Amino acid sequence: MFEYCVDPPSLEGLAWLSCYLTTGKHMAFYSAFGTVLLLLAITAPAALAFGFGGAMAARTRIAPLRWLGKGYIAVVRGVPDIAFFLFFVIALDQGLEYLRHKVKCPDWQEPIRQGSDFIVCQAAKIPLGNSPQWVHEVYGFSLAVLTFAIVFGAFAANVLYGAMRAVPRGQIETAEAYGMTPRQTFWRITVPQMWVFALPGLSNLWMVLIKATPLLFLLGVEDIVYWARDLGSAKTPRFTEYPHGDWRIYYFLVLLVFYLAFTRVSEVVLDRLMARLTRGQATTAGEAQRKTA
Amino acid sequence: MKTILLSTAVLAFSATFALAESHAQTVRLGTEGAYPPYNFLNDDGEVDGYEREIGDELCKRAELTCEWVTNEWDSIIPNLTSGNYDAIIAGMSITAEREEVIDFTQNYIPPASSSYAALSEDADITGGVIAAQTGTIQAGHVAQSGATLLEFATYDDTIAAVTSGEADAVFADKDALIPTVEASSGEMVFTGEDVQLGGGIGIGLRKSDTELKDKFDAAITSMKADGTINAAIVKWFGPDAVVYE
Repeated sequence: MFEYCVDPPSLEGLAWLSCYLTTGKHMAFYSAFGTVLLLLAITAPAALAFGFGGAMAARTRIAPLRWLGKGYIAVVRGVPDIAFFLFFVIALDQGLEYLRHKVKCPDWQEPIRQGSDFIVCQAAKIPLGNSPQWVHEVYGFSLAVLTFAIVFGAFAANVLYGAMRAVPRGQIETAEAYGMTPRQTFWRITVPQMWVFALPGLSNLWMVLIKATPLLFLLGVEDIVYWARDLGSAKTPRFTEYPHGDWRIYYFLVLLVFYLAFTRVSEVVLDRLMARLTRGQATTAGEAQRKTA
Repeated sequence: MKTILLSTAVLAFSATFALAESHAQTVRLGTEGAYPPYNFLNDDGEVDGYEREIGDELCKRAELTCEWVTNEWDSIIPNLTSGNYDAIIAGMSITAEREEVIDFTQNYIPPASSSYAALSEDADITGGVIAAQTGTIQAGHVAQSGATLLEFATYDDTIAAVTSGEADAVFADKDALIPTVEASSGEMVFTGEDVQLGGGIGIGLRKSDTELKDKFDAAITSMKADGTINAAIVKWFGPDAVVYE
C-alpha cells in the first residue's frame, strides 16, 4: 500500500507493522467487519418483521393461520441453530434451483438426484455458473440474512407474543368500551404499549445475534473470525512476505474488544430506548418516571 | 422495514437473473486456501500455490474460464455434489472411500509420503496423541494405528496443537510439513518412518460431470508429457520431491 513496502523483510518496527497491517489480506479482514455490521443491520429488522408476523399469526382467531404461527415458533426454536443453518440453507437453495429447473428446462430427461449429486440444467443454477464471484457472494450473504431472520424471528415471535398478552387487560377493555373494533384495539392500544414488555426479551436476542455472526462461515461467507484465524496462524517465510509465529491470540483479542465494545454500545442505546418507551406507561418504571419528573 | 426487506429480496434475485443471457461456461474451482504449498491465500488474499499454478494452466489448455473459490475442508465434498462449485483442487488424495461419492481425474501429484513431526524425535507416535486434519487420509491412518487421534479443522490448528503441547506429534503430508519444520528453526523435527498413503492427488469432480473429467484428464496428460507438471512440483516442493518419470 505504501511506497516503502516494496521489500518487507528489510523493514523494521512501525514501518514493517504499517505495511503488514495494510496487505490485501488485512483489507479483506477489515471489510469483513463491514460485512458483519451489514448483516446485523439487515437481519435485525427482518427478524423483527418475522417475529411480528409470527406473533400475530399465533394469536389470530383463524385456526390454520394460528397453527402455522405456533408451529413456526415451536419448530424453529426447537431445532439447534447449526443444524438449521446447514439443513435449511441447502434445502432452500436446492428448492429454488428445482423450481427454476422445472420452468426453464422442461425437456430435461435425466433425473435431478443422481446418487449424492444434485443436478439441474445450467440455466437453472442459482447463481448461474458463469456469473462473477461477487454474485455468488451476494447470494450467499442473502441466504445468510434470510436464515438468520427466520431463526431469530421465531424467538422474537415468542417474545412479542408474550408482550402482546402482557398489555394490561384494563387498557383493552377501555378500548372496547369506546367501541373500537378488534383491529383498531390491536393497532392503537396493544402494539404501542407492548414494546415496553418486549424490549428486555428483544435486547437479549440482539445480544445473542451479535455473537452468532461467526456462524456466517458455515454459509461460506468469510467473516471476521475466519480471517482472524487465517491471518493469525503461523506463517512461514516461503509463502508470505511477512512471516510470523502463532499470532492468533492477538487477532482474537481484537475480536474480543470489537464484540465487547459493540455489545456495550448496544446496551447503552437499549437503556435509552427503554427509558423512552417507559414514559407514560402503566408499569412500575413508568410510575417511578412520572414521580421524579 | 419494508424497504429493507424488499431490497434484501431484490438483491438476491436480481443478482441471479442479471447474467442469464450469456452462456460461456465458467468452471468454479473449489480449494481450501490453508494448506501451503498446495494451496494458500497470499498476502493479497488471493489463492496461490502449486495448485493455483497447475489449475490455471489446466484451464488454459482445456480452454475453460476458471474462477477460484475457497471452502472449508470439512464441507468441501458436500458443496461439490450440491453444485456450489465444479471441481475440488485442494490437495485431495485419491482414495477408494472418496471415490464412492465423487470422481477423480488422474493424479497431478504422484503418491507421496506422509510424515510425523513433533517437538522431539522420541515422541510417542504409536501410543501417544497425534494431531491430524479432519477427514484426511492421515486422520484415517492415525485412527487405525492405535494412537489417540486428535482432529482439527485446519492444518494450522494441527501444528498449533503440537507447539502448545496438546498433541505429541502431527501427522500430515510430508510436503506440507517440510516448510513448517524448516521455519520452526529447530523447534520441530520429523520423527518415525514416512508412510505411503493414497493414490496421489487428483481433481475431485461430480460423478455426473464426465465431460469436464475428460477435459481435465487430457490437459493433465499433456502437462505431464511436456514436463510442466514436474517443473511446478520442483518449484513448489523442492528438488527432493517425487516427480513423474
